Amino acid sequence: MVREVLVGLGSCGIAAGARVVHDALIAEIKAKGLKIPVISTGCIGACHREPLMEVRLVNGEHFLYGDLDEQGAKQVLAAHLAGEAPVEEHLIPEDYGYLAHQKKIALANCGVIDPESIDDYLAAEGYSALRSAVQEMSRQEVVEEIKKSGMRGRGGAGFPTGLKWGFAAAAPGKKKYLVCNADEGDPGAFMDRSVLEGDPHAVLEGMAIGAYAIGADEGYIYVRAEYPLAIRRLGIAISQAEEKGLLGNNILASDFSFQVHLKEGAGAFVCGEETALMASVEGKRGMPRIRPPFPAQRGLWDAPTNINNVETLANIPPIIRMGGEQYAQVGTEKSKGTKVFALAGKIKRGGMVEVPMGVTLRKVIFDIGGGILADKKFKAVQLGGPSGGCIPESLLDVQVDYDSLTATGAIMGSGGMVVMDESTCMVDVAAYFLGFTQNESCGKCTFCRVGTRRMLEILERITGGLGEMADLERLEELSAKIKVSSLCALGQTAPNPVLTTLKYFRSEYEEHIKNKRCPALQCKALIKYQVVADKCTGCTLCARVCPVKAIEGERKEIHTIDQELCVQCGLCFEACRFQAIEITTGE
Amino acid sequence: MKEKFKLLLDEWRGQKGSLIPLLQQTQGLLGYLPKHAMQQIAATAGQSPAEVYGVATFYAQFRFEPTGKHTIKICHGTACHVVGVDLLDTTLQNELGIVPGQTTADGLFSLEQVACLGCCSLAPVMMIDDEVYGRLTGKKLKTALRKYR
Repeated sequence: MVREVLVGLGSCGIAAGARVVHDALIAEIKAKGLKIPVISTGCIGACHREPLMEVRLVNGEHFLYGDLDEQGAKQVLAAHLAGEAPVEEHLIPEDYGYLAHQKKIALANCGVIDPESIDDYLAAEGYSALRSAVQEMSRQEVVEEIKKSGMRGRGGAGFPTGLKWGFAAAAPGKKKYLVCNADEGDPGAFMDRSVLEGDPHAVLEGMAIGAYAIGADEGYIYVRAEYPLAIRRLGIAISQAEEKGLLGNNILASDFSFQVHLKEGAGAFVCGEETALMASVEGKRGMPRIRPPFPAQRGLWDAPTNINNVETLANIPPIIRMGGEQYAQVGTEKSKGTKVFALAGKIKRGGMVEVPMGVTLRKVIFDIGGGILADKKFKAVQLGGPSGGCIPESLLDVQVDYDSLTATGAIMGSGGMVVMDESTCMVDVAAYFLGFTQNESCGKCTFCRVGTRRMLEILERITGGLGEMADLERLEELSAKIKVSSLCALGQTAPNPVLTTLKYFRSEYEEHIKNKRCPALQCKALIKYQVVADKCTGCTLCARVCPVKAIEGERKEIHTIDQELCVQCGLCFEACRFQAIEITTGE
Repeated sequence: MKEKFKLLLDEWRGQKGSLIPLLQQTQGLLGYLPKHAMQQIAATAGQSPAEVYGVATFYAQFRFEPTGKHTIKICHGTACHVVGVDLLDTTLQNELGIVPGQTTADGLFSLEQVACLGCCSLAPVMMIDDEVYGRLTGKKLKTALRKYR
């Protein structure tokens, strides 16, 4: 007997076709005259198997299925309705490596409950932590509990959350603010989006507990405009919580009041920095300012303000529920609890992953992620986005914790983890990140504004085959100067992708400069597309896809590529069905 | 439209931190931020037009020219970059006959390159209006476009 069916409707799921699956299941159940609820839930996590559905039986058994389409979903449903064995073709077994090595605290409800239903959240112990805090604990006790948990900010910097709350609580002032930083701007990161889409109430509950602890009565969620679904679900969650007296005036009949406002970001990466974020909330250009004064002393509209990241806040209710000491059992000595990573790139099993601090990168990439796509060779993993770095194979046994990762030259960062294989050019990756940071630099500090521009030009010179060995020293010199003369973390960390690739993949830079070769066959100026004569069948497909008409040849005759015209877009390479186009580099 | 814009201005008048939401909602209403609207917003917010222009040009979201009926955002996040979004971007530009920042002659599509749409495990990704398309190939991209034509 089927009790209910869940379909993962996060942005990823929807993009993979989950809405079709969801609607097909509803239609099918209706057509059969049944009354089985089809629940839409958030990100189930195994994004590489989207669309996903879970079938829950009356006897408590549950089965997870992936790679579904309309037909597959109907097939799975029919099998369960008929009491037959699960459909092996789509079944994701419980010992599936991807799921088996994870530990879910922040993501405990993601993909399990309906994020648009406060009743679902309440049934999963939701708002019980807020109740305990407001009704049974003093403000100081809440701060102490978070200190005991050892929680450090999950936005990337890793500052102890309890300490931060303590500063804001101690700051004099009647009016205080609590801000949730949901401006997840790192390219390659989507942890916060999944949490907001999958469990918005957990974030609201964490905010309310924080507001209670520091004495704030007003809060803002600063969320990226690129996340329309997260914004919609947060809006629903806020009004539901207000209706139940869990947000707003006199929460849970106490004298504690807390109003939450949603602020949509307007597209500026630097607004992830706390002082820039506050300027943006106030309606100004999002430019960072000197600290001190820290936000805890003078933040939004000069009032004491506490800013936490989404994942940090989602961890607060579980910490209060289980107690700080219990939470601190998970993790390493200096990095407690779990960390959520967004696993993507050239990996077999990408998606949302939550692991205890202290596991090795190798475990995350190979045991959970299943290794590299098409069994190619692992080359590097990029952690921490534009502020982070690329870690080579020799360091894969490093532990995932704030201090060990910083020692490699990368950072924990917010949790983006992009895996790269032998076909990724590390110089190109460094140029990619510098292109990003120089574009996103707010322009306040000269070294960040001009220095990143100069670094990008040097990198483009190298990928363009015009580099010289002295360029490597110039990069290092500029990096050192940008780091020390930038006001905020954007500039201070901008050189990291260049420094780590120079440190671990220097020979690749040298290949580009000395031999004009791009070993990964990515840098357009250093590669050539050519027709392999004995493989070409003269099918004309390549000539038809070529956007610059650089390919000539009669039907059934060997084609040729005019190197003068070719723009190295790679469309012919992708189109050819006979592997008759080859890429070469160097002389 | 004029009436709605007036209502919007009245709604936000005198509220703290109203400038950016006001710009966003004006753009939502008019599709972009024309000069006359910016001047009225400045008057409502009690700031000089230069200050308002300074804020609006700081953020990537704001546009000062009309855009196409549908906005295509092609993701250039790390994961998309690594799996080869450049190739798809080329296909898209060929298909539409425009480069990022432009609008097609028929006014149907505007093309933008964005930093990250946060659907990295489905890379490469693009978004048409609010709809996300993942695991893109040249063929899937063309099929998606057809839906809007």
